[in-house]
Amino acid sequence: MNKELKRVSTVVLLLFIALFVSTTVIQVLAADSLKADARNSRTLYASYSAQRGPILVDGQPIAYSEAADDQYKFQRIYSNGPLYAPVTGYLTLNQGNTGIESALNSYLSGTSNNQFLDQVNSLLTGQTPKGAAVELTIDPVIQQAAWDALGDYQGAVIAIDPATGAILAMVSKPTFDPNLLAVHDTNAVIDTYNTLLEDPTGPLFNRTLAGALDPPGSTFKLVVAAAALESGQYTADSAFPNLSELPLPQSSSIVRNASQGTCGSGDTVTIATALRLSCNIPFAELGSELGYRTILEQANAFGFNESISVPLTSTQSVYPRVLDAPRTMLSSFGQDEVRASPLQMAMVSMAIANGGEIMRPNLVESIVSPDLTPIETFTPEVFRRAISQQTASTMAQLMVDAVSTGVASNARIDGVEVAGKTGTAQNGEDDPYSLWFTGFAPANDPKVVVAVVVQNGGGLGQNGGSNEIPAPIGRKVLEAVLSQ
Amino acid sequence: MPASPDLTATQANPVSTFTSSIRLKLRVPARLRNLELVLLVLAIGIDLGAIALVQLGVSGELEFGVLSLMGALGVLLLGMHVALRLVAPDADALILPIITVLNGLGIAMIYRLDLGDGASGWDSAGIRQMVWTAIAVVLAIAVLVVIRNHRVLQRYRYVAMLSGIVLLILPMLPLIGTVKNGARLWVEIGPFSFQPGELGKVALAVFFAGYLVTARDSLSMVGRRILGMQFPRARDLGPILVVFAASMLVLIFQRDLGTALLYFGLFLVMLYVATGRSSWIVLGLTLFVVGAFVASRLLSYVGGRVDAWLDAFNPEIYDARGGSYQLVQGLFGFADGGILGTGLGRGSPGITPLAESDYIVSALGEELGLIGIFAILGLYLLFVSRGFRIGFAGQDDFGRLLGVGLAFVIALQVFVVIGGVTRVIPLTGLTTPFLAAGGSSLVANWIIAALLLRLSDTVRNQPLLVVEPDSRPGVNA
Repeated sequence: MNKELKRVSTVVLLLFIALFVSTTVIQVLAADSLKADARNSRTLYASYSAQRGPILVDGQPIAYSEAADDQYKFQRIYSNGPLYAPVTGYLTLNQGNTGIESALNSYLSGTSNNQFLDQVNSLLTGQTPKGAAVELTIDPVIQQAAWDALGDYQGAVIAIDPATGAILAMVSKPTFDPNLLAVHDTNAVIDTYNTLLEDPTGPLFNRTLAGALDPPGSTFKLVVAAAALESGQYTADSAFPNLSELPLPQSSSIVRNASQGTCGSGDTVTIATALRLSCNIPFAELGSELGYRTILEQANAFGFNESISVPLTSTQSVYPRVLDAPRTMLSSFGQDEVRASPLQMAMVSMAIANGGEIMRPNLVESIVSPDLTPIETFTPEVFRRAISQQTASTMAQLMVDAVSTGVASNARIDGVEVAGKTGTAQNGEDDPYSLWFTGFAPANDPKVVVAVVVQNGGGLGQNGGSNEIPAPIGRKVLEAVLSQ
Repeated sequence: MPASPDLTATQANPVSTFTSSIRLKLRVPARLRNLELVLLVLAIGIDLGAIALVQLGVSGELEFGVLSLMGALGVLLLGMHVALRLVAPDADALILPIITVLNGLGIAMIYRLDLGDGASGWDSAGIRQMVWTAIAVVLAIAVLVVIRNHRVLQRYRYVAMLSGIVLLILPMLPLIGTVKNGARLWVEIGPFSFQPGELGKVALAVFFAGYLVTARDSLSMVGRRILGMQFPRARDLGPILVVFAASMLVLIFQRDLGTALLYFGLFLVMLYVATGRSSWIVLGLTLFVVGAFVASRLLSYVGGRVDAWLDAFNPEIYDARGGSYQLVQGLFGFADGGILGTGLGRGSPGITPLAESDYIVSALGEELGLIGIFAILGLYLLFVSRGFRIGFAGQDDFGRLLGVGLAFVIALQVFVVIGGVTRVIPLTGLTTPFLAAGGSSLVANWIIAALLLRLSDTVRNQPLLVVEPDSRPGVNA
């Protein structure tokens, strides 16, 4: 019997070895791919057990996680949800995130590489780490002022400190309440999301830097003027024939000034006057002379055709890479297929306000771990030198004139030199205009750069004016900053 | 300790010099019960610790109600230890601690799943499992006390056979038999339900062992040669084949192929060990493979199980009714555990359906990790090896065969269940001994353990003859 017993024992041992091997394969060798399988809900649930870090503005949480009674353990709460929605984005259980919730997800959920030692520590103590806190550069007073100033218009306001690049306000309307998407009922979240998505006014877009961009209209003249000055072949006083009509080459269309007549009096008109009175014809002539390549180079220097990360990812503003003669003309006053975001136009103003250097725009002041040690701190960084110091100071003066004696008069503030430029951009032939304003103040020592776009004509179709609608909005934001 | 009888011959009797030159020393086996006590206390400590960890892991605080229930079970187990001291003082010291740990881990995990579901009181499977454990331990003590010598069972082998068949047929009876999960295995009397098939395996093991021992000579030597293999006479093999075939048919009609596989394996191994003919194994395995193939073609749910085994991650099979969803979720649970496990109460084992019974091993794998699974497999292997030891060291063939049979049944069951859950073989629906929720399974396995303890007691009880060469000075070797 013993011989048989030995054989049977060997068989049993082999059976158990098979089990040792199979469990090792599953728990060690195949573990990563099993965890990554989309049908594995355990990985998702594990992320819920960490207390997500808060998003702070001036030390106060605008997004934070509170203990909840259900299986997801924490509920994300947004105080003043709609005001900050473009910045925070939304956080859903399993339908994705946007905004800072998405861009800094690894820090907020405590899984970033910088928090690796925290994770090791928690492995030993058996606790899940808390997420880090993200402090934003947003100033709540200015954010509120921008929100109030934009009122019921559809559009966006962005305010940036030109010396550091810190974004002080980021408002986009219409907006949504992220609290509705943070509920722990996936079906309700999907319904709400679909409603928001189907809304023709597009509340989910952060219009300061994304979505369907608008043509910048006359604000783009800043880029063309800068290109001219930078080329060394023009000055602010370079003159052009002062026509009241300019036929567009290769077509039967006519380029006209906004005044429908000439640009001021005289047979010729300088670049300075053309900018001050925001005339299209002189710029069309200038643009033709410069050629699209020069304008393209200058536009790229300002950040066109480039997506930047603030850390929200911007949609590229567009200056087309190849243009023919008529299109070059149209692009010179910000039409044709030129598109810009308020962030981009603010960066143009930032260059002018900061001696030609654009500081990298940035939303995040610092990231702090749960025990208050800083993980990341924001230091101002140069994005690019777009124009020379000389060009910048010339352009700044031109913009000051545009406000003090030009068509951007509603941006004037008593006792302060305000630099600004308005823009009225045509969309389709009968479509409402996009109304723009960009500027900074005080011109001699700029504290803030602002860019405003009001879409949909401000509700007035083609009858709203950029001096009437976006310029006062910009002024109110500048006042809010200056009164601090 | 009895004195060593000294049979030294006197100088005056030369005839007895030879016999007296053999000095017999009767050696009494060492007392193992103290070792068992130490290990048992350790095991009970592990069980209490597991429950405490589950409570801390799930809610962060201890709840003394359940802990004291476990403590009461611990006292009962110490009672069994006392019973062993009285009626089986030389029994194996490792068996009781091993099954205490396994049973306790099972209870802790089932309790953890209850906490995840929010069940309590009589609804909670964990409390029921504890009650069934208590019943099983009491029955095990009863078996130990009533059966003082395992040879008694050999006399009652035909009774065992009949009771085995009756137990198997019970679920088929109209009033009390019920269908659960598509298999007709259960008997419900009032609020209690149990699976008679689990006890049936013990009865049939006793019968197989008893019959094979008495008939082994005629089985292995007498018979006709067909195809180069020795086949016994019908009258020798007949009874056993009839019983076996009847069990198989009953099981297949009850749609419980897992238990059928178990019985088949038990039969084959005991036949081989008793007769020593490896041709049986060959024949048996061939029959099994053919049968399995036919079953997978003819029986749709078997085919489904094989599909789920081979192609578990296919989305169609995953989503199908009776498809691989449960298996894949169990695998996800294992993967989430990794090497160290998520910690008791910290994973999500409840996501896998029927985690307290079929997938208790996945739940343990998720929360205790590969280390925990290795420990559990090691405990099972140790338990089986103690049973096999009876086979090796026993003196009477019936005891050896029974010990091997019972141990092998546990080993095969563990392999079939854990192999199914880890995709070594298709799933079958057997329960993991001692771990899974199920009163009948617990009772049957504790009775097996009691029988093994009784057998090991007998093995140890026979004094070992130690023959020493004569070392008296002056005697010629």
